[in-house]
Amino acid sequence: MSSPLLAVSGLTRRYRGGDKTIAAVDDVSFHIEPGETLALAGPSGSGKSTIARLLLRLIEPDAGHIEFEGGDFLSLNGTALRARRARLQMVFQDPLAAFNPRASVARVIDDPLRIHGIASRKERPRRIAALLERVGLSADLAARAIHEVSGGQRQRIAIARAIATNPSLIVLDEAVSALDVSVRRQILQLLLDLQREERIAYLFISHDLGVISAIAHRVVILDAGRVAESGDARAVIGAPQSAIGKALVAAAPKLNRTSTQGPADRQ
Amino acid sequence: MTALLSIRDLTVTYRRDGSEVAALKHVSLDVAAGERFAIIGESGSGKSTLALAIAGLLPQSTRIGGRIDWLGRDHAPLGGRDIGFVFQDPSASLDPVMAIGEQIAEVAHTHLGLTWSQSYAKAKSLLERVRLPEPDAALRAYPHQLSGGQKQRVAIAAAIAAGPKLLIADEATSALDTIVQAEIVALIRHLVAEDGMTLLFVSHDIALAAELAERIAVFRHGQLVELGATAQIIASPGDAYTRALLDAHLGLDAEPLLQQAGASG
Repeated sequence: MSSPLLAVSGLTRRYRGGDKTIAAVDDVSFHIEPGETLALAGPSGSGKSTIARLLLRLIEPDAGHIEFEGGDFLSLNGTALRARRARLQMVFQDPLAAFNPRASVARVIDDPLRIHGIASRKERPRRIAALLERVGLSADLAARAIHEVSGGQRQRIAIARAIATNPSLIVLDEAVSALDVSVRRQILQLLLDLQREERIAYLFISHDLGVISAIAHRVVILDAGRVAESGDARAVIGAPQSAIGKALVAAAPKLNRTSTQGPADRQ
Repeated sequence: MTALLSIRDLTVTYRRDGSEVAALKHVSLDVAAGERFAIIGESGSGKSTLALAIAGLLPQSTRIGGRIDWLGRDHAPLGGRDIGFVFQDPSASLDPVMAIGEQIAEVAHTHLGLTWSQSYAKAKSLLERVRLPEPDAALRAYPHQLSGGQKQRVAIAAAIAAGPKLLIADEATSALDTIVQAEIVALIRHLVAEDGMTLLFVSHDIALAAELAERIAVFRHGQLVELGATAQIIASPGDAYTRALLDAHLGLDAEPLLQQAGASG
């Protein structure tokens, strides 16, 4: 067995508010194998997004280690960090908030190619067209303004930008939560196709256990910054052991299409 | 059934930058008094436009054709008094610089003719009904001091303060996490039953709507695609689009999209 792609151990991040200290992330450990999808689930405030921010080095931890591609990720700085970051990408819930709204589609995808020196100026338009086609979009879309395209197209563009640097891991923070259900399914299928073909690993952050059981290999359930339980995604969701796991499963809307489901007097 | 509301051939057209966009096209339906009625659809289906049209909240520039009739009343319904409205984002519907107690009391004062001290007493009892912890302290709190779920409880308290006949919840739980969403849905169900209100529940989530509503209306591109009892819509949908929506739902028991062989060891 190869060494994990990402190994997080003892990760802790505290926030100080007045005279109180709150651990947003408290001694969290997990690992991700190459080509694997690990889901992070939990209610609001459980620490999911703080972990994403720590992995991207947008904030620094108070304690813990992050090993990425066999090296100490937290000790990297400057040029070395920038180079390694090309291998670790992120897709957010709302790509409109993540992009410059006045930029063209081409510009949004051109940025990582230029910044990471992946393609020469002459070569980049061809790369942009290839990336758009890779995520199921027409290359003609390149000239459009980012605010002119639909939500589903925008999320495909965010994925094109993320894969532009040939990453081994993409952090998807509620990346399909704002999409219509039919579009959501297409985006999930695109992510699975990319994973199979390029062996990209995903850290899939979501509060939606239905989506997690459909696409994740394993799940880590967080509660108040700590790991409540973890394991095979469908096994954990099928028979949760922790109180928060049980609460999340109980709260998920269920569609019983075979029997005569009605508004039973569930309280 | 006694109809509360009768909609006939409703067409709503927005005017924007000199062009016209039809958000609703020839919609006809009845809402019965006391029922829980869900309106579901994806982006651009017209579901929110219908909710706003019923509440009389469409912008002035909108062109409205057809009729919305309120049965058994001699006056046009008044927003806030006869219709309570809960929006998706409570931060946007609550005044950030007004204490919560005052925001709820204002509704009671305006519509029920209560004195201010009576209105504040009413606000406190409403905060108890929406199960906000420490209602006395909450009266003096400001929206930013509350969590998203607590803010939505306050918005619900304000929406029902004047004792409306109809409560409209437009994606009222969509911005909340699953556990808080389930709590808010249970609260809405409880309040609607207790006060004998009619509920119009607008959502993109057919599974959530099915858990709450007795009837479901499915909208697409501004048109009513299908309307029926919840059990019938879910178990034997008549329309291909409704079936597609049901198929797209990823429940806990859904077939995995993932082929486990793709995983590495």
